[in-house]
Amino acid sequence: MRERAAVAFALLLAALGRAQAESAPAALAPARAAELVHLLRHDCGSCHGLFLKGGLGPPLSPSALAGKDPQALVLTVLEGRAGTPMPPWKGLLDEAEARFLVDLLLAGRVP
Amino acid sequence: MRRRGLLATSAALATFPRPAGAGCPEPRGTGDLLVVVERARGSVLVAESTRRTILGRIEGLGDLSHASMVFSRDARYAFVFGRDGGLSKVDLVERRLRARIVQAGNAIGGAIGRDGRIVAVANYEPGGVRLFDAESLDPLLEIPAIGADGRRSKVVGLVDTADGGFAFALFDAGEIWLLDVTDLAEPRITRFAGVGSLPYDGNVTADGRFYLAGLFGEDGVVLVDLWHPEAGARRILDGYGRGEAPLPVYKMPHLEGWGTAGEHLFLPAVGRHEVLAVDRRSWREAARIPVLGQPVFVVVRPDGREAWVSFAHPDNGKIQILDLERFAVAATLSPGRAILHLEFTPRGDQVWLSARDDDRVIVMDPRRREVLAHLPAEKPSGIFSTARAHRIGS
Ligand code: HEC
Repeated sequence: MRERAAVAFALLLAALGRAQAESAPAALAPARAAELVHLLRHDCGSCHGLFLKGGLGPPLSPSALAGKDPQALVLTVLEGRAGTPMPPWKGLLDEAEARFLVDLLLAGRVP
Repeated sequence: MRRRGLLATSAALATFPRPAGAGCPEPRGTGDLLVVVERARGSVLVAESTRRTILGRIEGLGDLSHASMVFSRDARYAFVFGRDGGLSKVDLVERRLRARIVQAGNAIGGAIGRDGRIVAVANYEPGGVRLFDAESLDPLLEIPAIGADGRRSKVVGLVDTADGGFAFALFDAGEIWLLDVTDLAEPRITRFAGVGSLPYDGNVTADGRFYLAGLFGEDGVVLVDLWHPEAGARRILDGYGRGEAPLPVYKMPHLEGWGTAGEHLFLPAVGRHEVLAVDRRSWREAARIPVLGQPVFVVVRPDGREAWVSFAHPDNGKIQILDLERFAVAATLSPGRAILHLEFTPRGDQVWLSARDDDRVIVMDPRRREVLAHLPAEKPSGIFSTARAHRIGS
């Protein structure tokens, strides 16, 4: 019941691939970037911990994410993970914003 | 600067001369206190509801994102459970940290036993429950939460029960365990395996008779009658989602603070924008009340006539008040930004709300729905009334 359509997933994957090939992710307006950092700490943090060291959700530290495909992580953020509490954020975040968060996480640069 | 302000307040309260060197505040009772977690700063504020002031701040409690607390039976001490596995014993009378240990890598909450001697902590990492001496915080017992699948599981929904023991749920394994510590040398565990997918929280009814765990992985709630554990765990509200695709849940709901009003118990639905009313005798659904978002806390006003509901992101600036006689929304409020928690005073004359993104606690008159006071607090989250010292469960 909580499965999400695999087709939609594949289409999104293709779309993301295309978007990346065509243009580098647009820089976010500073105000929006600040909002997203706040979201990451406090709202993602409600499951992943304020310091992103884990909670109900796994840690999102660079070492925990090391070796994972950034594109797949962006997809996880947008689509969530069916059957787990990781919700899909695509109604609230667009692809560039999800990528911005994933880049921060991978670099361990969450302000 | 804010700190200086607080000190000034407590100095102003001290009207009588004190013994030399006494940095300690004027003694006062603790029955009207509320303790507010400042999640980012790692501190708690001790506030009182009679004049609605902040008495002091206690710092150095570690990572308090998702922190909760329980109280000693004399309501002198708060035991604060931090995200980082920290367990801090805070003296509410002297307003200072009395003891602190880091007992695990990642914790979610805890409970205190009926006789006040044992503090229990629910851990995510390593998954299990650990018991401590409430006096010294010395370790007493460790219960690894290894489910029937042989794997270690995160523990949620840890509460004390009316028989002096504890109950909790295994998130990953989908089990409920009852822990009998009558004899600490020989703890006894009653396990209910395969109760359902991903129990995310649990609580016991105010009379201590029923333990309920909400499921995240399927639509339903698990019920154990603690008078008759031999009858096993039972599923209630099965399929309340009616097979519809669940809505995204941006914050896990809590069963803490739930309540009964008359014959009904009120629970947040998961993945549905509804509050469920359950008949306490038949355990069947009595009503579902549509609300504006994913409910997180459904807190019944002490007189049982209304419930105040808080919501997950992105609706966490709103509160809805439910009329529990009519099973309907009576009012929608926008009291502040990111309302993370709410707590009534024991007799319901006030409700305290933490507005994380406004850096303040809002005190309201629940009947008139008017603001009585704003208290400065840094990124406040949980608010805990010392009245909890005298209640079973959380
Ligand atoms: C309601 C709880 C919850 C919230 C809120 C939440 N997550 Fe998650 N998240 C999870 C869980 C649980 C998992 C693990 C899923 C699994 O088992 O595969 C997860 C997994 C992830 C992963 C994959 C990690 C890995 O090692 O593969 C990323 C990345 C992630 N989340 C990012 C985020 C971001 C960014 C936000 C905020 C925009 C967020 N999450 C909010 C619960 C949550």
